[in-house]
Amino acid sequence: MRQLSDMHGARSARRRLSFVAVSGVAALALSACGGGSGFDEEGGGGGGSSDGPITVLIGSSGDPETKAVEEAVAAWAEEEGVEAKVQVASDLNQELAQGFSGGQPPDVFYLSTDNFASYAANGSLEPYAADLATADAFFPTLREAFTYEDEFWCAPKDFSTLALVINNRLWKQAGLTEADVPTTWDELRTVAERLTKGDTVGLVYGPEVQRLGVFLEQNGGGLTNDEGTEATADSPENVEALTFVQEMMQDGVAAYSVDVGAGWGGEAFGKELGAMTIEGNWITGAMQNDFPDIDYQVAPLPAGTEEATIQYTNCWGVAADSDNVDGAVSLVEYLTTPEQQMAFADAFGVMPSVEEVAGQWKEQYPELAPFIDSAEFAKNLPAAEGSADVLADMNAQLLTLKESDPQQILEGVQKNLEPVLSN
Amino acid sequence: MTSTRKTGPRTGAGIQAGQQLSGWLFIAPVVLLLGLFLFVPVLMAAWVSVSDWTGRGSPFSSDVGFVGADNYTRILVGGGLDTQDFGTALRNNLYYVLLVVPLQTALALFLAVLVSQRMLRSRGFFRTAFYFPSVTSSVAITVLWLFLFSATGVVNKVLSWVSIDGPNWFADPRGVLHVMLGWLGVSSEPAGLASTDFLGISLWEWLAGPSMAMSAFILMAIFTTSGTFMLLFIAALQSIAPEIHEAAVMDRTNAWQRFWHVTLPMLKPTLFTVLTLGLIGTWQVFDQIYTGTRGGPAKTTLTPAYLSFNAAFNQQDWGEGAAIAFILFAIIVFFTVLQRWVLRDRDKVKRTKTRDPRLQHAAVEAER
Repeated sequence: MRQLSDMHGARSARRRLSFVAVSGVAALALSACGGGSGFDEEGGGGGGSSDGPITVLIGSSGDPETKAVEEAVAAWAEEEGVEAKVQVASDLNQELAQGFSGGQPPDVFYLSTDNFASYAANGSLEPYAADLATADAFFPTLREAFTYEDEFWCAPKDFSTLALVINNRLWKQAGLTEADVPTTWDELRTVAERLTKGDTVGLVYGPEVQRLGVFLEQNGGGLTNDEGTEATADSPENVEALTFVQEMMQDGVAAYSVDVGAGWGGEAFGKELGAMTIEGNWITGAMQNDFPDIDYQVAPLPAGTEEATIQYTNCWGVAADSDNVDGAVSLVEYLTTPEQQMAFADAFGVMPSVEEVAGQWKEQYPELAPFIDSAEFAKNLPAAEGSADVLADMNAQLLTLKESDPQQILEGVQKNLEPVLSN
Repeated sequence: MTSTRKTGPRTGAGIQAGQQLSGWLFIAPVVLLLGLFLFVPVLMAAWVSVSDWTGRGSPFSSDVGFVGADNYTRILVGGGLDTQDFGTALRNNLYYVLLVVPLQTALALFLAVLVSQRMLRSRGFFRTAFYFPSVTSSVAITVLWLFLFSATGVVNKVLSWVSIDGPNWFADPRGVLHVMLGWLGVSSEPAGLASTDFLGISLWEWLAGPSMAMSAFILMAIFTTSGTFMLLFIAALQSIAPEIHEAAVMDRTNAWQRFWHVTLPMLKPTLFTVLTLGLIGTWQVFDQIYTGTRGGPAKTTLTPAYLSFNAAFNQQDWGEGAAIAFILFAIIVFFTVLQRWVLRDRDKVKRTKTRDPRLQHAAVEAER
């Protein structure tokens, strides 16, 4: 009896093993078949027919932006007779990554300076920008932001700079006038002291280097040298700048937006938890939608030893693997014409990246002139491959700036930034 | 162990073989699906973790090279930002596991015992109420938690009624242990601990405890998952024969003694299941972090699962992301095996710690 059931057990174990092996092989075979032309990619799909449908992937800031882009793309599609579709991404980085890894990237997409370097490095992008008719029409600093290995890769679509936004009502209440708008750090501190009252802090900003970086640049420091080839994070100018900010926070005249209970500087400003904030053009849209009763003015940021601010920009990326690269480039050309750039500016408050349109924009929005005037002395945060993580780590440390040692924070950043820039 | 045979010498084997074949046929679709969507991607990820794939095109194409254990060494011993991030993520998740698993198991058991009492009316209502958070979407609960625990939210309001100044929960990176050590007068890092590093983080940082933000997530985890485990315990409690309890009552034991020496040992298999599921679930926490703080104030809610996602999709470092996932797998297996060893059935009946003959007798009965 026992031997029979043993044999039975052994036989069924063998049968089980062979079945599992067969199903494993079948699964592998099925997944191999799914590849179509095998695993190797054919060439790069450069050129291709000009009639293939174009997909545009955007990371929208809201309905006005989505509508504006859809209208522009539809107008181009009708003119050219090519099918084009706009997709709004819920997580742009993830959807782009999925598109690239699956070999089916969108033809045109928003690309930020954070990811630009890594996508340019791994060959996902088509370097079309240098051949555009309007290649020289962009602001030089924007051109620089999207230059990798001495090649201009993608066309900047718009940009924003940081400026000082002031609450007029609280300003007047504190007895301040137009002449008191700060142009130096000392004046900024004085004004912040006057404006700090009750629940309102004089100056609020987000707890990140994307805002505090302006102080580093204004003191003649900055995270990298001008060419972006060397890390200068632990320079004495930077330590001085962070110490200045730390002292303001310790004395209660400046605070992080999260510490006063807001999600970002604009929200703190809108709820009058801060009388001044350091933000970019996007604040105009937020104020209009969420806090329409606040009367505010925009002023250029005060200077330390020099004037400086930080600019943010995205570009129109074109995928190298796109089926219709010519069509995609033609679409980007259309989207960067002066008329189209002004249309976007009207719809959702960004500044045009083409220099000649700047004058027109200033005429239309005189109260926002400081934003575009600041473009002269605007700097970019380091954008080399891997620098986004260093900046994220720096932000993690800056959160506790009030209690920690600026020298230590900056030394840590220097240690992390050096290997990134030496590549 | 007797096999049931019908009539005749041949039909037994034939029916057995036929039943086996139809059994395999029935589960073949699921095996195929699991193989294709679970097993094969794991193998592909294993390949990505030892390759230099940059995210473009297929990872099996000819221009993707084999780099051996480079990704693993970069994370574990490299000493750069990758190691620091991994050490931070591991520390955060370790505290999360150490706090959530025991507390949720205890709470689930407590609720199960409460709900299983014979004299409780509307038992169904309580079971549903306690189980309800487990079936609600984790994203919805996370968003709700963000509101409740905001600086001016409900929780801080309630704390202010008892004159406690609540922290800015999800924006507060201070570690709980550091705060408590601060009350005892140890406010800055002692020299010895600051200089020794493990996985890129100083030992003083390892002793920081969960941050306020992580504590809010811990509370949320206990709140949401106790319900599921409560059901497992209820089922186990109901399978304990009432005679055993009656025998213990006859031996004149009180309720606590009955619970500790009779009920609990009989729940051991369920306890093992709950602890294993709890360990696996807590080591893989991702949804709440992604929806809520995304690594959070000063990287104090960073977890290995989120780090793996971030490394792959945001940093475009796919090899690192896959490697972190496999290291996490090894950690989970290790903890599960450890837990199994700790709770193993020992062959001889050990002497109970009490001298009370009634309890000893009841314990022996329970072990059998």
